[in-house]
Amino acid sequence: MTITRRECDFQAARRRLEAKAKSAGEKLASLDEAVARVKDGDHIALGGCLYSRTPLALVRALLRRRPRGLAISRNLMCYEGEWCLVAGAIDKIVTSWMGIGLPWGLSRIMREYVESGRVVFEEWSHLGLGLRFRAAAMGLPFLPSLTMLGSDLMRVGGSKTIACPYTGETLHAVPALFPDVAFLHVHRADRLGNCQIDGYPHMDTDIALAASTVLVTAEEIVPEDEIRRQPDRTVIPAFAVDALVHVPYGSYPHECYGLYDSEPEHFGRYVDDIREHGAGGVARYLDRFVYGPATHGEYLELFGAAALAAARDRARELVT
Amino acid sequence: MSAPPSVVTGNELLAVMGARQLSDSQTVFTGVGTPMLAAVLAQRRHAPKLTIVVEGGIVGPQWKPGWLPISTNEMRAAYRAQMLPAITDVFLMAQRGFLDVGFIGGAQIDQYGNLNTSAIGGYERPTVRLPGSGGANDIISLCREVIILTVHERRRFVDKVDFITSPGYLAGGDSRRRSGLLFGGVSRVVTTLGLFGFEPGSRRMRLEALHPDVTVDEVRAQTPFDLRVADRVTTTTAPSEEELAILRALDPGRQFLG
Repeated sequence: MTITRRECDFQAARRRLEAKAKSAGEKLASLDEAVARVKDGDHIALGGCLYSRTPLALVRALLRRRPRGLAISRNLMCYEGEWCLVAGAIDKIVTSWMGIGLPWGLSRIMREYVESGRVVFEEWSHLGLGLRFRAAAMGLPFLPSLTMLGSDLMRVGGSKTIACPYTGETLHAVPALFPDVAFLHVHRADRLGNCQIDGYPHMDTDIALAASTVLVTAEEIVPEDEIRRQPDRTVIPAFAVDALVHVPYGSYPHECYGLYDSEPEHFGRYVDDIREHGAGGVARYLDRFVYGPATHGEYLELFGAAALAAARDRARELVT
Repeated sequence: MSAPPSVVTGNELLAVMGARQLSDSQTVFTGVGTPMLAAVLAQRRHAPKLTIVVEGGIVGPQWKPGWLPISTNEMRAAYRAQMLPAITDVFLMAQRGFLDVGFIGGAQIDQYGNLNTSAIGGYERPTVRLPGSGGANDIISLCREVIILTVHERRRFVDKVDFITSPGYLAGGDSRRRSGLLFGGVSRVVTTLGLFGFEPGSRRMRLEALHPDVTVDEVRAQTPFDLRVADRVTTTTAPSEEELAILRALDPGRQFLG
């Protein structure tokens, strides 16, 4: 049983939200100011999915503060989960799947940490975790579902079933997950934090509505009028957002729909280094790409303008 | 671009035999890799009214040859899609009953069609921690029927999986139904050696067809559990030039075809 009472306590989560300022004012902040809102021991939900729209700039800024005792959740966890493990930042991972993808093999870092019992690895089905965020976004302690029933996944986190009060059928009572903090990366926002996303929405809206504190990076900060011209495209309302940071290429080298493609060769070099040096490979990566660069601009220089432009060209080709 | 091999590869065989399981006007919830190629092959050859759905939240993509997706959640997977719902919502379409066929790839599988992609050995301190369910549990729990495509190897086919990540018929009989899984079930396992179903009643895996030049003994040698054999085992037709040409044009770099 690894589901905590705090994760699904809908009354406490509601009180936290009621006590919070839900301002329609300016939300712009620096990366450092944004992640300063994270406290040791917090549960952070990460938006995007696998290597798409991952809030990597926020994750890097967070790790530079050397946090401890965090839990992280993400529907498909990519290597940012490995960074958090090797950095000693987390005690618990909540996900449905962890790795990069078939060509890169199993996550050696996850294997090392889980097999030696150094981290709690709580596994859900993809929809199961989605419904945890959805239940929280709806302010409920659980949502009934037909998924995960009968599988051994039911006992991993401590899931319970309920008898349907109308039909008597057995349903999975998927517990809510109210994260303390959400990390999200979006295409555009106005300075108040009204956010718009292009392409697949993943689970970002549910995560934004589920979390107590919402930190957003945006590729572009646009005038308020631009949001008002297409309000139907807004997927996160400003009143849910606590801090907004302007970070172009904020999920690079992961992809951002229509703006830049991912960098599979970069993933390959990262994995090759782990094959050679184990967790030491990740530590070297963190030194170079996370702790090293003083600014996001310096970080992007490690990749070079040509690579960024090529990623942008590939993305254009993939959405036309 | 690599030259196509003179022999049919295992993944080509799986894609062809998988494609033939799909009918026109169906909806198919497919994973990446071989199931994805099989779904496109069916669509191009005999099932033009087939709709492909992918767990990244993608409905009706038309994948670009040579730019096939590695994950279900990337721009390549969404290429020319008709709709991009949130991930939770695309799975809820399956829970509602809109998805006819779930099409998933290899894993450790047992005689009741249960799949393990979580852990080998004990769950708490496993010998090998595997990546996890992803959407496989949802697909197998929620689609009307599920077809599994897998290379047929002794290490993948086990008497009892170490951990049921994705439920087939659980312990057989009506145990799947009794767990609350009211719908669906694994209808077919397509392997590199033949086609398998599940015996009515016991729900144990049963050999129903052999691919050309494969014998029952060869299948038994790669299947450690007590495999049932249908009264009449048929033989499949070898992949045609047309089927192979469609597949090879889709994946010219042979990223998935092997």
